[in-house]
Amino acid sequence: MTAQTLEAPKTSSPGAIKQFAARHASVLPTLAAIVILVIVLIGAQVEFGNFLTARNMSALLLDNAYLMVLAVGMTFVIVTGGIDLSVGSVMAFTGILGSSMLASGTPVWIVIPAMLGGGAAIGTLIGVLVQYFNVQPFIASLAGLFLGRGLAYVVSLSSVRVENEGILWLQTTRFYLGDWYITPTGIIALLVVAIGAITMAWTRFGRTVYAIGGSEQSARLMGLSVARTKVAVYVISGLCGGLAGLLLTAYSGAGYPRNGIGTELDVIACVVIGGTLLTGGRGYVLGSMIGVFVFGTIKTIISFMGAEQSWTHIIVGALLLLFIVVQRAIVARSDRNT
Amino acid sequence: MTADTEVPPIVSMRGTTIEFPGVKALDGVDFTLRPGEVHSLMGENGAGKSTLIKALTGVYQIDSGTITVGGRTQTFDSTADAQAAGISTVYQEVNLCTNLSVGENVMLGHEPRRTFGIDWSGAHKEAARHLGSLGLDLDTHSPLSSHSIAIQQLVAIARAMVLDAKVLILDEPTSSLDRGEVEQLFDVIRSLRDKGVAILFVSHFLDQVYEISDRLTVLRNGKLVGEHLVGDLPREALVTEMIGRELDELAALSTVADRTINRAAHPVLRAEGVGKKGIVEPADLDVFEGEVVGIAGLLGSGRTELVRLLYGADKADSGTIAVRGKKAKIHQPRHAIDSRIAFSSENRRSEGVVADLTVAENMILGVQARRGWLHRVSKAEQDAIVSEYMTALGVRPADPNVPIGNLSGGNQQKVLIARWLAMQPELLILDEPTRGIDVGAKADIQRKVAELSAQGLSVVFISSELEEVLRISQRVNVMRDRRKVGELDSHDVDLDGLIDYIANAEADAPAAAQKGA
Repeated sequence: MTAQTLEAPKTSSPGAIKQFAARHASVLPTLAAIVILVIVLIGAQVEFGNFLTARNMSALLLDNAYLMVLAVGMTFVIVTGGIDLSVGSVMAFTGILGSSMLASGTPVWIVIPAMLGGGAAIGTLIGVLVQYFNVQPFIASLAGLFLGRGLAYVVSLSSVRVENEGILWLQTTRFYLGDWYITPTGIIALLVVAIGAITMAWTRFGRTVYAIGGSEQSARLMGLSVARTKVAVYVISGLCGGLAGLLLTAYSGAGYPRNGIGTELDVIACVVIGGTLLTGGRGYVLGSMIGVFVFGTIKTIISFMGAEQSWTHIIVGALLLLFIVVQRAIVARSDRNT
Repeated sequence: MTADTEVPPIVSMRGTTIEFPGVKALDGVDFTLRPGEVHSLMGENGAGKSTLIKALTGVYQIDSGTITVGGRTQTFDSTADAQAAGISTVYQEVNLCTNLSVGENVMLGHEPRRTFGIDWSGAHKEAARHLGSLGLDLDTHSPLSSHSIAIQQLVAIARAMVLDAKVLILDEPTSSLDRGEVEQLFDVIRSLRDKGVAILFVSHFLDQVYEISDRLTVLRNGKLVGEHLVGDLPREALVTEMIGRELDELAALSTVADRTINRAAHPVLRAEGVGKKGIVEPADLDVFEGEVVGIAGLLGSGRTELVRLLYGADKADSGTIAVRGKKAKIHQPRHAIDSRIAFSSENRRSEGVVADLTVAENMILGVQARRGWLHRVSKAEQDAIVSEYMTALGVRPADPNVPIGNLSGGNQQKVLIARWLAMQPELLILDEPTRGIDVGAKADIQRKVAELSAQGLSVVFISSELEEVLRISQRVNVMRDRRKVGELDSHDVDLDGLIDYIANAEADAPAAAQKGA
């Protein structure tokens, strides 16, 4: 047996397609998410006739900016093979913290770092628990969930209105291009997606995240900085939680301690629909953005129909099921090739 | 030792000691590795080979002694430290990330960078260059999971080259490779050696050790036994050093098979036409009292599948089983245990040991399970069972309170056999009990099987090592392509005859089928 007989086949056109599929198997779920998004958008347009409008599509980004930011952080965590259940509470906590601080006259340049810092602190706690105390990510972030929610109630039991113009500016300013518009919150969300995507694809830190998801043991033996990276992904997720708190506060013009109950599950659903494997090792930040758009579109369709919003969850649940099955099939296929 | 000793060593370990709770895994070991040599580390399981490697790669921290690499005394706190010092390791179970591409696995953590992050085309080019220097022409964008273990191993070596390794440790690299793949690996090893890389090689296969090594270091029970040039140490001497006693015992065992078996009474187990569609074709099998029946055949020939049907681990869809002349329904392992049949699986790790429990707890597990959880096995009874089998099987270390995960493979296997023996079975099915364990432990296990059968225990013995099957069985069933193709009396056949039988039986039916296709 020589080296030649061992080389991977790379000839002829069916071979080339096969090779493309083999090389990019991990992109397939994300491509599937794009296909579903297109189908849902076209279907809605055919059904309602006035769905694909500039106003509607612009609102899609505006309404889901906070979700998108959370999804970016969650993607980092899930690709390492972890999970972060705390993000909804962290968002509520930082939101109410920020609103209360503003209400008591704290200047905005202190408030925003405090919100981000609060989120990052809870993230750090979860990361340290997971990495150094060997707590299951599910349990550690569940603790983070309760902690965040509890802290939110400690800050205030009721809604706190935000009067600060700087914060409200994030939401009310609209940059128009024809009928399309984008708010600073939307810009922030897209920036976070871009930074997240670049970090995952083009930095050693990002590649270490994938390596940990593939095999933590191997990553450690390869001499990668596993401990630091694992803590960092939870810090990133917490930071995104804090930023989402800011965006949601701007969006709703108030902080409310009961915000974001169950949001963590919506976020996980978006990330999975976007093609990230729940067991880790595969996934894309851009995919998660698509996942958020799919989620947001379904929500909009339901409200167009005037149906109960619980239908959103039923449909998202069904989609989630479909995607998990599709992913299993893809993983099983690539395992069989070994 | 000759001129080579004048080359300054690249690695020098002096007085290395590592202790685990209850076990001194390495005890004052000296080890020297020189540039441009292939140095094999020899020893039984539990001799301390893996521990020494882990000390050298920074996985374990040493309790005392010094490690000098390239003239500088080093303390390794992590694998990253060891890699920085130029020590790279390729493990038996390839430690790469199968979810990433070949090129990325080669370059991970060392990718060339530009202003805006990783330069991917540069990274893949560099990966291809390193793979090319090992004679590999792979699509660096293809996922690692699409390649065989052999290729993955070479990719791991290419990775070591990126790290500019001065020392390359290969821990059992050949255990899952076929002959051609081993040759390719050896070519790579030789070319690296000629470039001045020091290679530490560990393998259970003596042939391979003698083929590739320049020098041998032998460990036993955590202590250094000796260092030799490979030409100075004949195999018999090496084995003697490894196990610390002459190999007469194995030779003595050959007489075991000569015992006559009373085949007049009802067999302990009689299987007639037992099979399962698509898994194994219907087969007959008799096992008489005090008899060792071997099952020989290639991997995947249906050996394991057949005995799993006998034990009820899988449900047969045809045939009958009779235990001592009485028809028995064996549809679940529970039924088999009630009929006093025990089965020791080939998957020691996943279907056998409970790594976190102690040796004693692992032994008692079977007895306790049989009694049911309400009837606790008393402490005195436990101690009696444990001490009886610890000595009977020669489990090392002889401390029943050590977690079994700390034991070597061979000793774990002994504990598993003890677990089944403690249940006092009449028929013991051993599936590959000696796989991946060293010569000394193999001899122990074979001797024990022989002793037990002389006392009246019936045994079904499966092994890939035909010599072993022939040595301890009275009769050998030959399987091929999920079918029993024959039964031989082990007096009438020698090793070549048996190989011939397996090979020739292989020739008829499938050859015709292939022509048709």
